[in-house]
Amino acid sequence: MTATTTDVPAPRRRVPLPSGDGALGVLGLLTVAAVVEVLPRTGLVNPGYLPPTSEILRALGGVLADADFWRLLGLTLRGWAAGLAVAMALGVALGLLIGSFRVLREVTASTIEFLRPIPSVALIPLVVLVFGSRPPSALVLVVYAATWQVLVQVLYGVADVDPVARDTARSYRFSFLSTGWNVVWPTALPYVVTGFRLAAAVALILEVTAELVIGVPGLGQAIGVAQSSGAVPETYALVIAVGLVGVLVNVLARVLERRVLRWHPSVRREAS
Amino acid sequence: MATTEPTTTAPEAAATDVALDVRGLQKTYGGQGRSVEAIRELSFSVPRGQLTCIVGPSGAGKTTLLRCIAGLLDVTAGEIVLDGERVTGPPRGMAVVFQEYGRSLFPWMTVQQNVERPLIERRVPKAERRRVVADALAAVGLGDSGEAHPWQLSGGMQQRVAIARAVAYEPTVLIMDEPFAAVDAQTRADLEDLVRDLWHRLGVTVLFVTHDIDESVYLGQRVLVLSNRPTVLLEDVTVDLPDERDQLGTRGTHRFAELRGHVYELIQRAKAGHRPEDDAGPAS
Amino acid sequence: MTARILRRVGYTAGLPAVLVALWWVASAGSDSFFWPPLRTIVATFPDTWLTGRLGEDVLPSVLRLLAGYLLALVLGVALGVPIGLHRRVRAFAEPTLEFFRAIPPPVLVPVIALFAGYTGSASKVVTIAIGCLWPVLLNTVEGVRAVDEVLVDTARCYHLRRRSQLVHLTLRGSSPQIAAGARQALSIGVILMVISELFGADRGLGASIVQFQRSFAIPQMWTGIILLGVLGFLLSLIFRLVEHRALAWYRGLRDANRGA
Repeated sequence: MTATTTDVPAPRRRVPLPSGDGALGVLGLLTVAAVVEVLPRTGLVNPGYLPPTSEILRALGGVLADADFWRLLGLTLRGWAAGLAVAMALGVALGLLIGSFRVLREVTASTIEFLRPIPSVALIPLVVLVFGSRPPSALVLVVYAATWQVLVQVLYGVADVDPVARDTARSYRFSFLSTGWNVVWPTALPYVVTGFRLAAAVALILEVTAELVIGVPGLGQAIGVAQSSGAVPETYALVIAVGLVGVLVNVLARVLERRVLRWHPSVRREAS
Repeated sequence: MATTEPTTTAPEAAATDVALDVRGLQKTYGGQGRSVEAIRELSFSVPRGQLTCIVGPSGAGKTTLLRCIAGLLDVTAGEIVLDGERVTGPPRGMAVVFQEYGRSLFPWMTVQQNVERPLIERRVPKAERRRVVADALAAVGLGDSGEAHPWQLSGGMQQRVAIARAVAYEPTVLIMDEPFAAVDAQTRADLEDLVRDLWHRLGVTVLFVTHDIDESVYLGQRVLVLSNRPTVLLEDVTVDLPDERDQLGTRGTHRFAELRGHVYELIQRAKAGHRPEDDAGPAS
Repeated sequence: MTARILRRVGYTAGLPAVLVALWWVASAGSDSFFWPPLRTIVATFPDTWLTGRLGEDVLPSVLRLLAGYLLALVLGVALGVPIGLHRRVRAFAEPTLEFFRAIPPPVLVPVIALFAGYTGSASKVVTIAIGCLWPVLLNTVEGVRAVDEVLVDTARCYHLRRRSQLVHLTLRGSSPQIAAGARQALSIGVILMVISELFGADRGLGASIVQFQRSFAIPQMWTGIILLGVLGFLLSLIFRLVEHRALAWYRGLRDANRGA
């Protein structure tokens, strides 16, 4: 925290800290657990609204032991992965295409700026009419929401290509594809990975939303069912399970990002 | 050697002509299990109105020393006395110009607001504030740039803003931490003359840290040469050049070359690991 | 000069105009139940929305969104600053915050419904506020932590008072990150505005659209989707205008650094 200037290697002071920080973090989680345990037990909060931690954990144990949970988890993950894959393919392809041609960039800019903020949930009534509560409903929502994340990042990435490198490629008469592969793609890659991380999180949100709201089979739907049938501890247990899936997705996406960027020389600026 | 606890002998007595007193300063960066000894023992005092330069090889703990004096870093042992008061946090009568000029100016404020901010904090009345700020900006040659934002200016001009802010603060001691390390040579010469000029006009005590031997001799009345880490004082060199200095004439004199050569030799020895206690006993 | 302006207008309006025209033409003869002609949708619009729904459905939705969003901004910044300033507090809170952030926000709806049912406005505002809180909070923490240390030292040396440090150093310094969080929060807020109305069907923009869909009033449903899209666009436009003004210094600084 103190000396970042030249003389003394201050960063070294940080080395012993993470273990202590980790312990503090665990303490933080335990504190929340303790508060949730105490609030309903003392009657400050109605246990019918918020059961104590121990009861939620017991319910979580029951949920995890149930084969049906794993089946639903599989469905959620499958929908998430499928939507994410389509969004990545679409976003990267469109981004490289639009980004490579100035005319396309200028012509599409206003349309992208208009379509991007349109909330994907606006499409819910439409997909319900067309697909009902089958997985394609979720797929449309996930793809619509996640593609923008990827597309915008890729556009930033292509715009970030060093003009000198581009001119060099042109003066040596690189073919269009060769320029793309050797000049544009390496620069855009970190942005693609960042887009992936952002899209992964958004895709999970929309997948669970579709399940919850439309009734597409998955964990979101299970939460809705548990809540409406008054199974309060199970509702919380499922919410926690979905949260853990979310944490896992975030952590894996970040690990992947770091992996890819480790060997990548370019300096990455996250433009969101 | 066993460091004796420095006795606090009535600082007020010395306060009249000594602006800054560093007594038995030690600084060790401690972690769990590992520690880095940055400064082993430093004692010196700076008379009121003197322009003192501090040089040392890179990694000599110059910045650590400066941050201790500026009250930004706790000392491990010893004490620093400014204007008769022991430094425990950033002292009131001190202004600091940092090496990283681009990062020490508030980018969301204009040049004028940057210079004015410390005065607002000190509740200087508005009319007087405006006058002081205008004078300070004029003194560094930036009378017209008050409305600009720092990042619209060149590096040299940004450092001038930082100097104007320090001057407007009207400190008794002005501390400069390698202020010109990151500007080009021509700008640097101009800024060096600006510092000499301001020092003459304001009569402020200046502590100027640099790694540039020429700069230290050209600017200072006195040069403190530091050893490499853990830092001790190698030599206190008096610069007996005439008070009137200019870039061409002064640097061309025989005496300048001699002093420069002497400091250079000290630095070379410091880099090679020479320490004064080498003569006294085995070093760690 | 005029040629350049014309070119810009062409670039900006060209593709949207073409797309709308295409939709118009392609759907003109449509007798598909789900895809009515755009002409029909446009013709339906005034009757659907201008006869009272704008005030009774759209306005309450937007007000709930703004209330929840502003609540999240205030809370997120107020909590984020102390967490960002103190390393130990940060270490203590961060895993918990990361966990709450990872829970897909719409899942909040059934949980909040447990507490108070889901009919009143308050539960919807709370849903929006909680959903928007995490991106604001975590970005504030990150922004406060990343305030330049040289600036922090400068503020200490020149004795900026506590309040001044908060206003002129911490908040201004972290404002680009806070804005990034606020932008994420806005899109989450719009999603939650709609979702929260799908439960305990009340009145509101989202509720209206779903009612149209359930009663198979398809052109009306389409007007609702378009209105929602326009609303999302307008909100993000307003956000960008505010951000553009507030962060002018940041763009200038970034461009200056990039040029160097």
